[in-house]
Amino acid sequence: MKRKDFLYLSGMGMSALLLPDLSAYGNPIDPLQALDRVDPKIKKELADAALNAAKSKGATYADVRIGRYLNQFVATREKRVQGVANTESYGVGIRVIVNGCWGFAATNQVTKDGIAKAAEQAVAVAKANSKIQGEPVQLAPQKGYGEVSWKTPIEINSFEVPVKEKVDLLLNVNDIAMQNGASFVNSAIFAVNEQKYFASTDGSYIDQDVHRIYPTFNVTRIDRTSGQFKTRNALSSPMGKGYEYMHARPEDKVSGIVTRYKGRYDMLEDVKEAAKVASEKITAKSVEPGKYDLVLDPSHLWLTIHESVGHPTELDRVLGYEANYAGTSFLTLDKWQSKNFKFGSDKVNLVADKTQVGSLGAVGYDDEGVKCKKWDLIKDGVLVNYQTIRDQAHIIGEKESQGCCYAQGWDDVQFQRMPNVSLQAGKTKLSVDDMIKNVEKGIYIVGDGSFSIDQQRYNFQFGGQIFYEIKQGKIVGMLNDVAYQANTQEFWNSCTDICDESDYRLGGSFNDGKGQPSQSSAVSHGSATTRFNGVNVINTARKI
Amino acid sequence: MAILSKEEAQAILKKVLSYSKADACEVSLNGSDEGNIRYARNAVSTAGQIDVMSLGVSSTFGKKTGTATINEFDDASLKKVVERAEELAKLAPENPEYMPPLGPQTFSESLTYNAKTAAMNPDTRAEMVAKSLSVSKGAKLEAAGFLVNANRFSSIMNSKGLFAYNKSTNVSFSVTMRNQQGTGSGYVEQDFNNLDKMDTLALSKIAASKANGSAGAKAIEPGKYTVILEPLAASDMLGNMFRGFDARSADEGRSFMSKKGGGTRLGEQLFSENVNIYSDPLNPEVPGSTWSGDGLPVTKTQWVQNGVVKNLSYSRYWASQKNTQPLPFSRSIVMEGGNQSLEDLIKSTEKGILVTRFWYIRMVDPQTLLLTGLTRDGTFYIENGEIKFPIKNFRFNESPVIMLNNVEALGKPVRTGSGLIPPMKIRDFTFSSLSDAI
Repeated sequence: MKRKDFLYLSGMGMSALLLPDLSAYGNPIDPLQALDRVDPKIKKELADAALNAAKSKGATYADVRIGRYLNQFVATREKRVQGVANTESYGVGIRVIVNGCWGFAATNQVTKDGIAKAAEQAVAVAKANSKIQGEPVQLAPQKGYGEVSWKTPIEINSFEVPVKEKVDLLLNVNDIAMQNGASFVNSAIFAVNEQKYFASTDGSYIDQDVHRIYPTFNVTRIDRTSGQFKTRNALSSPMGKGYEYMHARPEDKVSGIVTRYKGRYDMLEDVKEAAKVASEKITAKSVEPGKYDLVLDPSHLWLTIHESVGHPTELDRVLGYEANYAGTSFLTLDKWQSKNFKFGSDKVNLVADKTQVGSLGAVGYDDEGVKCKKWDLIKDGVLVNYQTIRDQAHIIGEKESQGCCYAQGWDDVQFQRMPNVSLQAGKTKLSVDDMIKNVEKGIYIVGDGSFSIDQQRYNFQFGGQIFYEIKQGKIVGMLNDVAYQANTQEFWNSCTDICDESDYRLGGSFNDGKGQPSQSSAVSHGSATTRFNGVNVINTARKI
Repeated sequence: MAILSKEEAQAILKKVLSYSKADACEVSLNGSDEGNIRYARNAVSTAGQIDVMSLGVSSTFGKKTGTATINEFDDASLKKVVERAEELAKLAPENPEYMPPLGPQTFSESLTYNAKTAAMNPDTRAEMVAKSLSVSKGAKLEAAGFLVNANRFSSIMNSKGLFAYNKSTNVSFSVTMRNQQGTGSGYVEQDFNNLDKMDTLALSKIAASKANGSAGAKAIEPGKYTVILEPLAASDMLGNMFRGFDARSADEGRSFMSKKGGGTRLGEQLFSENVNIYSDPLNPEVPGSTWSGDGLPVTKTQWVQNGVVKNLSYSRYWASQKNTQPLPFSRSIVMEGGNQSLEDLIKSTEKGILVTRFWYIRMVDPQTLLLTGLTRDGTFYIENGEIKFPIKNFRFNESPVIMLNNVEALGKPVRTGSGLIPPMKIRDFTFSSLSDAI
């Protein structure tokens, strides 16, 4: 393809309303530049310069991350392209231990001199902080892997797909929405490529190429007569995949009262249903508050898992490192030490997994050079483990890190971030239809909506995209104004049934925030459709 | 490097414009120098310094615009970024909402810069944090906090002769103090442009007092209560509302400012008569930039007067569609109050709940602006004009629009975030469930 064709439509800038601070993602670039690569040989030389500089200044441990972070955003509204942006952020972050204390510095001067200077700064920061440091850092042992590499198993690199193809798809999505009754529609595709090189004084040189994609839309239906407006968001999920995610096959579709997607996504089909649902919501019945049995689709349940299981099992929160911002955790060490803290019912098995193919959190190695793995967090309902990094592992008696270290960019210090945390599917054969057949008074919820949870993760409230009322085993119509409130432990103990593996799907968060200054990470959460009994549902309608 | 003077910025912008061959060209040049220190478990956990500057060029042929950005400032790089923006503009579709650049405008000199804040360094930050740690260690509490300061400049110039420049400083501090048993927690948060106003010792003492005072909280039934919202809690609720003062979404029918049957609620009595809200970038307590990103002057604007919606914000494009004047929003929000202190509000309350802050606020229904969230870091029961005992945290489901129709009293406004917000006494505030979180 000619340069001109590839660049067509590709540099319109981005509306400030859509992305509050584009510079947070990096510098805008020519999209063809995104296809360039930095030779690992050069990166190794630069990494050695960093490690040698750090060691010569007194570091007992050092690691270096040479990162090239690429983003592409394409956003449209009705018939209009609102913006297209291609950004790159390239630089080096160096972390050291001196006098038992961490120091960090970063630079975008990716030269041996620039790197040596940053290493010196990192050592100076560590020395300054060591004066007020309590206990020295204890790093879990980690063997060096030598020169290794890992790549997200993609079929089509999103950055090799011309912007025009994405713009045409989104404008087509918008057209279908408007033809099917939408008053307004916004649609967007985000693509990410992290080219990360990690090296440490343990003897690892790890080159990784990580890809993520997120297509999404929002349909609004206005009813001027009643003064109401209703929306329906996409049922897509952000994924650790390439552009093949946009090419759905029949086997990727889960049919039912609403089509859901598994592995790949059909944006055109979903938006057609969304426009109709937004219209249907205008006249749907307002929910009667009370106790209901909830049947939660994976496109909804991922967010409940994320907030009520993912965050409270982060060990840094448990220990108090996030007390001033995200908060602490109700899953205190004594509950884990008791070996009998009943987090959920016997059917509840939640695993942490940084190896799951297609997930947002999948990498070969974390951002401190630990090979990724899978482990239990909640086993048969009991709390059995947390999420750790190298300097925390000793606190819970682990001999090695669980590989949960991540930094959003080269200029951010790496810290503990959530791995994919997923609910294991039921072991006995159970379909969604069979699950619904046994519910007398319930609500079937599809898609994620409003979410809020306290700073120790006890009390939560969740909305959704589509709510169907279940009466005597049958779906009888759509509901409005639904939100459910629960206590995390009571909620997971009310889990009575989980559909089997054939219904297992991934949802996820493209931008999970944590830390000060805040850093974003991407993480997936899988489940099959799951039933929770007797959950408190409130009515959210008000008049102003 | 990152903080250029007005003259230095002007010289670079002029040079960039001299390379332009487009019908219209707009250039922006921004820089910031930011330092931070984070602590937890009574020890420093991370510290950092980041220095960035970037230049953006938007070139337009007809109604086709292309944008490119660069962070190198030699002549060759500046030429390259202009050429790239022009190349991309030629490949862009026509933008039906394109607005030609504004001509020269007159802007007031802003009050956003303070030399002492600009001179902060890692030692200043460490000393300020040491004061906070002296409080937590002295009181046998555990502190986690964050101190960040920034120097920034922003400037724009276009081919019609408009030039605007602003330089600002900011220092922001927050700390959470928790007792060792994990049964009490207190918090403070404060922003200033001027370092002299920031007292980390006094603020930390407030957090410590709340941590001790909130220990041993009792559960009371959720329901509708009279609440006294400290300015931080009030500001948490209002922030979500101000984003709704946008004419376009109101006209489109998808905002709480939309009117049944079409049109907006401009001119309607939407709040209690004692609600008066304006923005003023020249207010010395909450100074802001005197120009908006698209080059419009930002001046004092009344948004709500005696409870009536007086203005909505219009972009240049939307104003042109509605035959009105564009009106930018400002973060320098002032909500007027009275002279009563927080203590006075408590004294005048027979039964009520004092809320230090809210947490994890999310929109439940944009139609009514119904929000949900929780109280955090110090919630207290008031009876007969006195704080009686700490209570367990609540989840609320409430709309700030409903809240501002139930105003009993407003105290003296204080700086909270980038605004001046009074403590508020509100009746019938809806708490819907209890939380065990501390």
